Amino acid sequence: MNIRALTAAFAATIVLPMGVAKATDLEVTHWWTSGGEAAAVAELAKAFNATGNKWIDGAIAGAGSTARPIMISRITGGDPMGATQFNHGRQAQELVEAGLMRDLTAVAEEGNWKDVIKPASLLDSCTLDGKIYCVPINIHSWQWLWLSNAAFEQAGVPVPKDWHEFVAAAPKLREAGIQPLALGGQAWQSGGLFDTLVLALGGKEVYEAVYVDKDADVAAGSEMAKVFEAAAQAREMAAGSNVQDWNQATNLVITGKAGGQVMGDWAQGEFQIAGQVAGEDYSCLPGLGISPYIATGGDAFYFPVLDDEEKSKAQDVLAQTMLDPKTQVAFNLKKGSLPVRGDVDLTSVNDCMKKGLDIVAKGNALTSTDQALSADSQKQKEDLMTEFFSSTSLSPEDAQKRFADIISSAD
Amino acid sequence: MANISTLNTTGAGFDAVAADVSGPRGRRPKRVLSRRNIILYGVLSIAALYYLLPLYVMVVTSLKGMPEIRMGNIFSPPMEITFEPWVKAWAEACTGLNCDGLSRGFWNSVQILVPSVVVSIFVASVSGYSLANWRFKGSELFFSILIIGAFIPYQVMIYPVVIALRELGVYGTLTGLVIVHTIFGMPILTLLFRNYFASLPVELFKAARIDGAGFWQIYLRIMLPMSLPIFVVAMILQVTGIWNDFLFGVVFTRPDTYPMTVQLNNIVNSVQGVKEYNVNMAATLLTGAIPLIVYFVSGRLFVRGIAAGAVKG
Amino acid sequence: MTGHAPAKRPNQLFRNLNSKIASIPMILIAMGIFLGGSLWTILYSFTNSKLLPRLSFVGLDQYERLWSTSRWIISIQNLAIYGILSLIFSLVIGFLLAALMDQKIRFENAFRTIFLYPFALSFIVTGLVWQWILNPEFGIQGIVRSLGFENFTFDPLYNPDIVIYGILIAGLWQGTGLVMCLMLAGLRGIDEDIWKAARVDGIPMWRTYLFIVIPMMRPVFITTLVIIASGIVKVYDLVVAQTSGGPGNASEVPAKYVYDYMFQAQNLGQGFAASTMMLLTVAIIIIPWAYLEFGGKKRG
Repeated sequence: MNIRALTAAFAATIVLPMGVAKATDLEVTHWWTSGGEAAAVAELAKAFNATGNKWIDGAIAGAGSTARPIMISRITGGDPMGATQFNHGRQAQELVEAGLMRDLTAVAEEGNWKDVIKPASLLDSCTLDGKIYCVPINIHSWQWLWLSNAAFEQAGVPVPKDWHEFVAAAPKLREAGIQPLALGGQAWQSGGLFDTLVLALGGKEVYEAVYVDKDADVAAGSEMAKVFEAAAQAREMAAGSNVQDWNQATNLVITGKAGGQVMGDWAQGEFQIAGQVAGEDYSCLPGLGISPYIATGGDAFYFPVLDDEEKSKAQDVLAQTMLDPKTQVAFNLKKGSLPVRGDVDLTSVNDCMKKGLDIVAKGNALTSTDQALSADSQKQKEDLMTEFFSSTSLSPEDAQKRFADIISSAD
Repeated sequence: MANISTLNTTGAGFDAVAADVSGPRGRRPKRVLSRRNIILYGVLSIAALYYLLPLYVMVVTSLKGMPEIRMGNIFSPPMEITFEPWVKAWAEACTGLNCDGLSRGFWNSVQILVPSVVVSIFVASVSGYSLANWRFKGSELFFSILIIGAFIPYQVMIYPVVIALRELGVYGTLTGLVIVHTIFGMPILTLLFRNYFASLPVELFKAARIDGAGFWQIYLRIMLPMSLPIFVVAMILQVTGIWNDFLFGVVFTRPDTYPMTVQLNNIVNSVQGVKEYNVNMAATLLTGAIPLIVYFVSGRLFVRGIAAGAVKG
Repeated sequence: MTGHAPAKRPNQLFRNLNSKIASIPMILIAMGIFLGGSLWTILYSFTNSKLLPRLSFVGLDQYERLWSTSRWIISIQNLAIYGILSLIFSLVIGFLLAALMDQKIRFENAFRTIFLYPFALSFIVTGLVWQWILNPEFGIQGIVRSLGFENFTFDPLYNPDIVIYGILIAGLWQGTGLVMCLMLAGLRGIDEDIWKAARVDGIPMWRTYLFIVIPMMRPVFITTLVIIASGIVKVYDLVVAQTSGGPGNASEVPAKYVYDYMFQAQNLGQGFAASTMMLLTVAIIIIPWAYLEFGGKKRG
């Protein structure tokens, strides 16, 4: 019955006696399956294969929510992969605590990660009790407003310079038959939109008080009440955008059917694929054009503890490869994200990416909500926000009360 | 305690009924254009339209190019027929770095399907047979627990099953996956077989007992030959369930043995980039092909099985 | 096959032994996996397990939080609406189709395949196709409007008040074929003589079905009921593929709550509490029925 084990045993008897440390296969699981993402992964695989090892690709589509249970089951089931993607932050914390993840401190010291990785918060969330357990590979940020220049031209209003102008222009857009704000139906998109409003309109202090310090008083306070009012305005502007996926919403902006969308910097890839040029066809406003800050998170790779000595060595090689300056540039250009090293050369980036790089360089990068809140609190917040943005029956006041409850019990 | 007399009463309500299993009822004179026929075929045809509409949309879409799809009308026939989406879905669509479409997972799926279907149906049919004809103390209790098990969402059971397979040392092997499919197919299949065997004429069973036949002999010589229709129903359920299973296939295997559904999921659910609806639809139809073929072939068996049962009964 | 001679009483131990050996897999699965797994789940629902199961007990905290979560309440309501309607429509449509198919019709094979084929397709795509057909812009609504009925509105997936019915349409499309098949197998098991007798007595056909045939098909109905009902409780993929629970939380279902909280929110305790509530509800309904059906009293 167990064909695979037989074949493996058979293969082992052939390979091992030769005694040569040949290419070590390392299975890497991730959820990057779209065109741009797959191209970015290919860069990683190419770099790793060049070290004489072999990247076995284990892609699982459908975003992290589909892939994560599978990865966790594999690791806890005692059949771990060689390396696996997780979002930066607290998703894999318990697996680390349970001793299932490999300690990369030695590799990190050798590669001087502490000095080269910018912003430092990225490495901090890989660190537990002074030991490093993951490799941050890119930087993403949520706080971007993407605007269709054509839509505003058609409505006869200038392209907004910030969120307030955008809100003011909304009625004109409606008159011209254009959807003011595109918002996909999935819960995480509503959650991200709200967090963006918190940072842009509430400012750094409110954002950090609520999400980092989990201060329920601030969450219930007057500053946040303003944010909820703005969210109610956004809700009106988003009414009628009948799409599910975020890229369908982005597509409304690209085709000029919608005025704008609040979405992370990954949306840029969609504009690029559609052949649009930043500044001419579309505009991007980091921090919604109001706040000088953005919150940065990203993806990271973890390396489960393996019994096989050869594979463990290959894991170290892969970890080094991922942070190699050349790999970083090649990967991030394809992925549309920012590299985690401050010391690499990025001459070919477009206007929007430059804006992002400048903000990070100024040190205006804050902790993302993925790092600040547990997945549980994040999910509760998303559930609340998707309910709020989909139905006008939930008033901003009631929503704020429930939000404060979530923050008070958040961890 | 099970004995012949309880068995007698168990099956009594049904033995008269099932004793003479026969083909379709024919109770009406056959005039081709009678009012009855018009209503009968009218209703069936309208129902068939409702069932066929999505298939039509899928087929038509899979034959269109992307520019035509973007124009919007999902019901219009393709202006320009292209088989490219089919080729792409089968041989070119990418799963991460592996750009060889569904073909990659096809044999993996077959390798998972065959042993899983055979083992799960065998185990369930024997259990159903035990429950129907050879009850023992506690057998109905185990059965009741099994039925409640049918209502537990699979996702909830992943953790306990992962732990159980880890302890058995078969996590990540084909054996493990076959065990998982057997476990989750068990409740419904056992119920199906139990009820079917209980409805077979008890006289048959008794006569065999008098002839000195034992547990396995009766199962193989009497029960199996009479049970083609129910085996077909069980096969339909299992082939569909196992072939379309994504969760277990991906949790309990490795990339080189991923079933076809993992590729289908990857093709359909790619979050970023342009959604290629035509490729999605072609991929679906290709993935659905095996169960569809099984239905088509087994449909004939189904009828013949019923007829065979009638002859032997 | 008319051997009515009393069977000789077999060796009790031997007979039971064979049957018991054959039942070992069933017993292991029932006790080890379903009972054991359920008890394990219930135990951990009283803990604050996050990503990995951990035995640090927090009493009823998870349950308090569960019942104060609006998404869970919506999920329960949706399941009730979906479940009742799906049960009724599946049985009625499935039986009617089977009864029609049983009239010695031509093209029976073709019709049966047409009704059954949706069952062969995975939910991932069932959801996608129906999402299209029900899409207000280019689906049914769009077509009818383009025919000149400008005010025609049919957008079940985008209206929070009726979204669950949109899911029902796709669910019935997928599942009724199998019900029809089971019913047909049951109808084919009814003795021809019953029909003859009913006709001789001048009983109209609908009465024969309702008062004679259906009661005789009880085991088939029970099997079908369990298949439909267990499918309803577990409904997950269909919702994910069609609406991912939206708009907002309007089409959330309990199985999705369990899954989302176990794996997306990484709060096993909360997920286990929700699944314990599901188990409890099922047990409350099933146990008395199973007792009557399979236990204490023997079927007559």
